[in-house]
Amino acid sequence: MKLSKNFTNPLAANNPVIVQILGICSSLAVTVKLEPALVMGLSVTFVTAFSNLVMSLLRNGVPSRIRIIVQLVVIATLVIVVDQFLRAYMYDVSKQLSVYVGLIITNCIVMGRVEAFALGNKPWDSFVDGLANGFGYAFILVLIAFFRELFGSGELFGFEILGDWYTPNSLMLFPPMALIIIGCIIWVHRSINKDLQEK
Amino acid sequence: MLNLLINSVFIENMVFAYFFGMCSYIAVSKSVKTAIGLGAAVTFVQVMTVPLNYLIDQYVLKDSALVEGVDLSFLSFIIFIAVIAAFTQLVEMVVEKFSPSLYNQLGIFLPLIAVNCAIMGGSLFMQQMIGTEINTVGDSIVYGFGSGAGWWLAIVMMAAIREKIEYSHIPAAMKGPGIAFIITGLMGMAFMIFSGIQL
Repeated sequence: MKLSKNFTNPLAANNPVIVQILGICSSLAVTVKLEPALVMGLSVTFVTAFSNLVMSLLRNGVPSRIRIIVQLVVIATLVIVVDQFLRAYMYDVSKQLSVYVGLIITNCIVMGRVEAFALGNKPWDSFVDGLANGFGYAFILVLIAFFRELFGSGELFGFEILGDWYTPNSLMLFPPMALIIIGCIIWVHRSINKDLQEK
Repeated sequence: MLNLLINSVFIENMVFAYFFGMCSYIAVSKSVKTAIGLGAAVTFVQVMTVPLNYLIDQYVLKDSALVEGVDLSFLSFIIFIAVIAAFTQLVEMVVEKFSPSLYNQLGIFLPLIAVNCAIMGGSLFMQQMIGTEINTVGDSIVYGFGSGAGWWLAIVMMAAIREKIEYSHIPAAMKGPGIAFIITGLMGMAFMIFSGIQL
């Protein structure tokens, strides 16, 4: 497979969130505002890329029976690094993300990419694959957060966009709306890519 | 303690308020029978791992718990996930032995309980609630049961709705995950009525 195709595929046509329905768990709650969504997306990108790289380097040395435990240890270590980094340099965002940083460990995208890609491919390819899937995830997160912050509080990144005439619709800030927005994104995406539709 | 139970089942429902365990929630909610089986397994793992992690947190990880002046709490992610993974392995072996048909139905999702965010999220929330809502082992058992049962309730309701929706006309692009997200969003709105309860 070509490297560039590897990179662009997970961004749209084979997006991990809206096509493979992975990693919804820890993601939707951080989409109330754009800033935490962006930080969360980048954290997941970092973890996915480097866990793919490490597991790809280790792939010939780890017996397949104990690979799950090895993967969890690698992923958990990377997540601890991210968590400590956020606490040190971006304390406010880290407070907003609360337990969701820890939940990157159980994010199916990370585990799924290691299992599906890194264990059978060369380190550099795996790194690019992890990076691309992380960006695909971050893209959806930012898209949802864009709608929720714009219509929920009339702001983007905390700056006022819609003026006084707009009454913020606080329903957008409640959890159910994140689900409905992602449902609509899937709807649009599958109307364009007809081959993904279920019979 | 009753407050904690009602709170964790209805008001802070794992699925509707925090989106935990969405991956298996969307994928396994196609038939009620499978959903009941997975829900029971998740609740069981939750009831066992939350108190276990509570004890580990109190006697090993907390500041000055093991050695005077040493704070090991940065290790909590890796310890919690190890406990959960070990326990899932146990449940998997038990289910395989006593109910092979259920084992075949659940397929890949049984080992994936280990990376189910609901379980990890339960333990991480429990860690945050120490000192406020959770003060004893009993509290942590109740919280583990409540959050597991809330997830169980959600997935069974979802499966029941999806069994019926098979017969309705929905846009082709919405079939499968799209409509599942929208339904979950609407159910989440229904569950928001509980948030008005003063305990």
